[in-house]
Amino acid sequence: MRHNEAEQMSEDDGRQQSPPSDLEFTSNKARNCIATGSGSGHPELQSQYPDQVLENVLENVLHFLISRQDRNAASLVCKAWYRVEALTRSELFIGNCYSVAPGRATARFTRVRALHLKGKPRFADFNLMPLNWGAHFNPWVLAMAKAYPWLEKVYLKRMFVTDYDLGTLAESFSGFKELVLVCCDGFGTSGLSIFVTKCRQLRVLDLIESEVTDDETDWISSFPDGESHLESLIFDCVECPINFDALERLVARSPSLKKLRLNRYVSIGQLYRLLTRAPQLTHLGTGSFSPSEVAGQADQEPDYATAFAACRSLVCLSGFREIIPDYLHAIYPVCANLTSLNFSYANITAEQLKPIISNCPKLQVFWVLDSICDEGLQAVAATCKELRELRVFPVDAREDSDGPVSEVGLQAISEGCRKLQSILYFCQRMTNAAVVAMSENCPDLVVFRLCIMGRHRPDSVTGEPMDDGFGAIVMNCKKLTRLAVSGLLTDKAFDYIGKYGKLVRTLSVAFAGNSDMGLKYVLEGCPQLQKLEIRDSPFGDAALRSGLHHYYNMRFLWMSSCKLTHQGCREIARAMPRLVVEVIRSADEEEMDDLVQTLYMYRSLEGPRLDAPKFVTIL
Amino acid sequence: MVAMERRVNYENDLNLKATELRLGLPGSDEPERQSTPSIRNNKRTSSEISEELRSKSSSGVKQAGNDDHQDDAPPTKAQVVGWPPIRSYRKNYLQNKKNEAEGAGMYVKVSVDGAPYLRKIDLKIYRSYPELLKALENMFKLTIGAYIERKGYNGSDYAPTYEDKDGDWMLVGDIPWEMFISSCKRLRIIQGSEARGLGYV
Repeated sequence: MRHNEAEQMSEDDGRQQSPPSDLEFTSNKARNCIATGSGSGHPELQSQYPDQVLENVLENVLHFLISRQDRNAASLVCKAWYRVEALTRSELFIGNCYSVAPGRATARFTRVRALHLKGKPRFADFNLMPLNWGAHFNPWVLAMAKAYPWLEKVYLKRMFVTDYDLGTLAESFSGFKELVLVCCDGFGTSGLSIFVTKCRQLRVLDLIESEVTDDETDWISSFPDGESHLESLIFDCVECPINFDALERLVARSPSLKKLRLNRYVSIGQLYRLLTRAPQLTHLGTGSFSPSEVAGQADQEPDYATAFAACRSLVCLSGFREIIPDYLHAIYPVCANLTSLNFSYANITAEQLKPIISNCPKLQVFWVLDSICDEGLQAVAATCKELRELRVFPVDAREDSDGPVSEVGLQAISEGCRKLQSILYFCQRMTNAAVVAMSENCPDLVVFRLCIMGRHRPDSVTGEPMDDGFGAIVMNCKKLTRLAVSGLLTDKAFDYIGKYGKLVRTLSVAFAGNSDMGLKYVLEGCPQLQKLEIRDSPFGDAALRSGLHHYYNMRFLWMSSCKLTHQGCREIARAMPRLVVEVIRSADEEEMDDLVQTLYMYRSLEGPRLDAPKFVTIL
Repeated sequence: MVAMERRVNYENDLNLKATELRLGLPGSDEPERQSTPSIRNNKRTSSEISEELRSKSSSGVKQAGNDDHQDDAPPTKAQVVGWPPIRSYRKNYLQNKKNEAEGAGMYVKVSVDGAPYLRKIDLKIYRSYPELLKALENMFKLTIGAYIERKGYNGSDYAPTYEDKDGDWMLVGDIPWEMFISSCKRLRIIQGSEARGLGYV
């Protein structure tokens, strides 16, 4: 009964199969089902035989079910299906590590080979969450060490992982193959060293946007000698020097290596050496893309372009962490086949971009800095007709800086890249017209995230709020599931979202709205809403109350610097026993403040967590 | 119509506007929304300039105050914590590169044998070896002692070393200060027998 809720609750995205009432699901629902009851007894062989066969068939069939949404649905059919589904689920996805205890998860799913676990909410990335809030990997790794000795893969996002955890991971699972850490912290190079030493079957080690402490341990040298099974090694976020010779030897003995993303301590000369050893790479992060400071380099520079030309399978290029634009020409040979290009650390101009981008007709994913200006974006629009995802980051991430990109760039992209599905766009000025144009030109948009960096900034031409622009997005982009709004917005914008954003699952709001009505529109209008993160908007207790019917269907709600009171939050906590309502205050804030600094609430089967730090009050 | 409205407003607010404390350059065409719509509790600290780096000491969950708490001297607005929503890693990265380019700072890592984590200091703010050493002593609560030419550091268990451009580890203090700050890539304060060993040429 309860177990099923765990799956309903940790279900993310995708098709929300079941209505909220499934929380009341009990296993006593008698259905016309061939399954027997508890299955722990020893019933007569004769009457069991057909059932056993059918259950075996079921098991074989369910093995083919991969999507967790499908599996969740299957597990609801009847007890037998529930049981067999639990036996055959090999990849376990937990969208909020506090929604279910490790023990409960391992009790239900006994044959898991891969774990996908998410911790802190996204706003923690922007310093809105005090340190040491939680999301510890430790209890999970300990539970899995006992329950799944055959575990092969762990994917963590925004979790706190210690060196000890990495050691436990490596020691507990002899067949461990893949570790992916996204936006994690808590560990250092010594943890990495222990991990790679003991993990003899390692295929994938991906450290993505994680914070890695420099313990001055040479972890690259810790990879065992002999042929390695490495297929992917990503460490571009590791901010410390590495032993290059050891890396070169490692690459040389990794014939299966397809993905290699270097950090900025690898010079272009060193990159050259690696490329000559690994021309089979499909994904490359170039490291600094500039020469090291060692003098006397100038005389014998190798032909970088040739090295790139030898990489015939290269489709994904990133890095360029300290780029010297003179070297950009070296990547010409691979442009024609590139599907993904990440220039988001390369401060280059439109002029420097144009020769590259005009040779990338197959590009589907493009991340870039706004240093390329509207002109650069126009060049992108002219060539990249297959573009699916665009992210434009600001070089100068302040509110009042000059904005090199504007509505002009957005308009150009919308006209040139009709297949666009996902956009993240930072700018200083924007118009409703450009946003409307995008909504009309790019009907396939699934993700629309516009960040006008000046708070409350209106349409730069008309002076109007940005309501109509975002309204057009939700109206015209029928596949939209993720939306981030900005600029001057009134409650009207939220009215639009509530009316038309029927598929929206993730909504990010900052400095927007006039009154409680704004939040009400959204909570009452968006049935698929899973993740709602709001900051600095005038939404209060009454608005919070209007979502009571929906909170069990959501993964979380975050509201910081709004108009919530402790009383209002307490009411919610009382009304919804399976919701964990955390009130988080900043370290120096007095305890008896009536207004709530940060509310973070999420459904959970476990009640208040036991590892909450002092600055968290669970109501 | 709009122009008239503006003028009327101006006339009504004439005195207020003249004495009004607000951010932004005079004549900037920011909209009339002066204060953020969300109400701040008065007890909360008002505007704080957010540090680019994740603040390890406080929680960093301070909010920008309403404009009326600022004087209008600084040309840019006080930065709000976590806004724009760029991950610290990326923000720091580009900021550091900008600083390096503008010569605004010369940050080097400092490690101390036995200490669990490293620190970072800006060499540019010191003008001489004694200043630097004093700062290190304060930062790590230890004594380094006096530098004696050709002999090294006397009277303590610790000695400051640095990694130079060629990747070699050198004793701090041997070369002229200006040369030092341009070639020093990182600092390491070593301890014990290693430190004492450096006293002997």
